[in-house]
Amino acid sequence: MNWFKYSSPQTFFPLAGKLAVWFGVLAAIACAVGLYLGFFVAPTDAQQGEAYRIIFVHVPAAWMSMFLYLVMAFWAGLGLAFNTRLSGMMASAIAPTGALFTFLALWTGSLWGKPTWGTWWVWDARLTSELILLFLYFGFIALQAAIDDPRRADKAGAVLALVGVVNIPIIYFSVKWWNTLHQGASVSLTKAPTMAATMLTGMAVMAFGFWFYSIAAALMRARCIMLERERASEWAADYARGSA
Amino acid sequence: MSWDSLENFLAMGGYAFYVWGSYLVTLGLVVAEIVLLALRRRSALAGLRRHGTGAQGYR
Repeated sequence: MNWFKYSSPQTFFPLAGKLAVWFGVLAAIACAVGLYLGFFVAPTDAQQGEAYRIIFVHVPAAWMSMFLYLVMAFWAGLGLAFNTRLSGMMASAIAPTGALFTFLALWTGSLWGKPTWGTWWVWDARLTSELILLFLYFGFIALQAAIDDPRRADKAGAVLALVGVVNIPIIYFSVKWWNTLHQGASVSLTKAPTMAATMLTGMAVMAFGFWFYSIAAALMRARCIMLERERASEWAADYARGSA
Repeated sequence: MSWDSLENFLAMGGYAFYVWGSYLVTLGLVVAEIVLLALRRRSALAGLRRHGTGAQGYR
């Protein structure tokens, strides 16, 4: 398969449209199954009661907030290195969805923290570095919006995105490096998970749901960006006329 | 299954505000993102029909 075939907006546009629909459907199915597992199959937590059910949205949102940043920085770096048009569009397309999940991780974490920790917010290492992640997303979006020439906006954004990558391991390892309020990981690559199997399954299925949703949303946004930036090209005008 | 009635389910063991506050805001923001994407697509297409190739006065 020739991957470069899809590296131009004209050929990627229809593919992105098809993929977005499929990932949207998969996201809806995974979230429905995940919510069913989370609310009707997973048992009540012995210590936290029903408040723990927030984790089915909190943990997947927090995972996505970090993962999407890495994917965004990957595309941004690719665009910077090879000067490919589509890479910058993909980075810009991911940023708002990444910011959304970062906000949700903070919001749901706050709603979980109040009944279990007794506080909405503390300047704990995990919480603070996640808040910095939200500002990095906002900074990336604002910087790109402030530069009129899209190619220059891509380059400036890419530098910011790549520098900000240093924050991701800080968030991930914050619960190990600093002994503050946020608890350590219940799920890790090296140890057996410390939670009931049904809770873990529900969380994993929700994570897949959020992942598929992010792909669908980013592809839909990439399609908008392609139409906005390719105004001078024949295919975009043809497409607009065809969908009137 | 931990629920024997709809009231119990909605009460979430006394944590209704926190649990539903998390899920409703998540749902609301996801719906908002989808609506904003649809609006952005519409305005991009409208812009193309007005100013796209062949139309006068673009750049």
